[in-house]
Amino acid sequence: MSNVTIHAIFDDEEPLMATARTFKSNGIRIKDVFSPFPIHGIDPVIGVPRTWIAICAFIYGLTGLSLGTLMMWYMMVHDWPTDIGGKPSFAYYMNVPAFIPISFECTVLCAAHGMAITYYLRCWLVPGAKAKNPDPRTTDDKFMMVIETKEDKKNNIESLLKNGGASEIHYK
Amino acid sequence: MSNLNYTFTNKTRNFTYALMAIGLITIIVGFIHTPKELDVNVDQHTRIWANLLVNGYFFLGIGLLATFFMALQYAAEVAWSVAVKRVYEAVSCYLPVGATIMFLILLAGQLHLHHLYQWMDPAVYDKTSPKYDALITHKHGYFAPAFFWTRTIIYLGVWNLFQRGFRRRSLEEDLTGGTALHYKNMGKGALFLVFFAVTSSTSAWDWLMSLDVHWFSTMYGWYAFSGMWISAMTTIMLTVLFLKRKGYLENVNDSHIHDIAKWMFAVSFLWSYLWFCQFMLIWYTNIPEEIIYFQDRLANYGYMGLMWTVFILNFAFPMILLMSRDAKRNYYFIVIVGCIILVGHWLDVYDMVMPATVKGDHQLGWMEIGTALGFVGLLIFVVHKSLAKAPLMVQKHPYLDESLHHNF
Repeated sequence: MSNVTIHAIFDDEEPLMATARTFKSNGIRIKDVFSPFPIHGIDPVIGVPRTWIAICAFIYGLTGLSLGTLMMWYMMVHDWPTDIGGKPSFAYYMNVPAFIPISFECTVLCAAHGMAITYYLRCWLVPGAKAKNPDPRTTDDKFMMVIETKEDKKNNIESLLKNGGASEIHYK
Repeated sequence: MSNLNYTFTNKTRNFTYALMAIGLITIIVGFIHTPKELDVNVDQHTRIWANLLVNGYFFLGIGLLATFFMALQYAAEVAWSVAVKRVYEAVSCYLPVGATIMFLILLAGQLHLHHLYQWMDPAVYDKTSPKYDALITHKHGYFAPAFFWTRTIIYLGVWNLFQRGFRRRSLEEDLTGGTALHYKNMGKGALFLVFFAVTSSTSAWDWLMSLDVHWFSTMYGWYAFSGMWISAMTTIMLTVLFLKRKGYLENVNDSHIHDIAKWMFAVSFLWSYLWFCQFMLIWYTNIPEEIIYFQDRLANYGYMGLMWTVFILNFAFPMILLMSRDAKRNYYFIVIVGCIILVGHWLDVYDMVMPATVKGDHQLGWMEIGTALGFVGLLIFVVHKSLAKAPLMVQKHPYLDESLHHNF
């Protein structure tokens, strides 16, 4: 049996959410939702798994902290011990308060850039990438739900969408 | 709507009475108690007076910054917090009690019952006296009793007037509704923020920084302010969670809790930032007249362990423990972190007061813990009494509906 892709357009996010909940309880999988703005609380409803970006950020931050510490230790203590304000850097720990702002900045720098780059790569938002958005109106004021299903379930889904308040239904 | 009328049960009431009794007995024994060995520079009752000042200031800060938070919510027309409005209102009701205690402690100093404030002694301005101090004499204009007391009375009086006004209008709004009171609160909130922007700093200079009268720091006012703010947010959070555990505040959902926890997290960072800025700049430049503050703490009187404990408790713990979204929505977790934060900030005030007053004689003993417990009891008593006086959810606030649907 052939697969069919349904593009359902909604005028508001509330009916879309309600329909998505009905689909979830009926065991119908939603492939994706396109929306002009982030809809709070939609992730679990349409089955988007928890993001790993927080764990990535932590690892990037730790990397930044280590690199920053290494850099300061090498510059200020190892290679050319520097005496600033009567505080010679004989050992790293002796002047640690002076190093904290830089440690902090390196952590933030690496965490923020690492996170942004990971995000772009993961979503493939690179220069020259083709837009995946099936309908440009979803960047303006329309909300779209994409469902991939078998031919025989089509009618059932269509009636659920119509009851849920979808303003247009297209088949691809 | 669920049960809106909080009953201050006998069990809770007796618990607060027990704590207050412990505090009262500790204070009385503290005044009778004579330490065996006495530093020549320290009066016999300095320890108990310093304790009263630590607790008087710390708990005043909780009531005061709850008032500040209330004004902030009004001025910014915040919607989400309306569901917990009665809770921070109740915490702010400690302000009159805290202000009275602070006033009495300062008055006792003026009557020379204690000598926590070196500049309150007229002899330091007298050239013929052996206690004459040229540096304090330079500051005589600022510390002259007439000016000092005018300031103190203005701070305490105006804060209390604002707090009473907010509370009165909030109760009135329950009956009348409409937006007239809402806009009035907004204007008054903005006015309070302007007044508080100045007085939060100057009151910290007058009451705490002047303990180290030769020393000054431009960061001090904000540092004290942020410490009080985080204590107030934590108290609000713990009160909300207590009420939820008892089955009240059904409409307060995880998103509200998450938002208050975000405040705890953010203000912890604000405090850490100010604490560290003050410390690092003074430590790095190492100018004698500035470094004396940290020299007293880190070297002369042996507060080093305490000072770094305070920094770790108030910075590292909230940062690591409250960072994740799940942690901010886990009630048990927040209670534990909240208790750590409260202890940490109490110790911070201890670290601000003690090195300047009891100097090397400091100890965290029965007197410190007993007095603090007494004040905890008083705070819980006042807050819960205020909670019982009004419905736990505001009735006709314009943003009530929006707050009840708060979800993210």
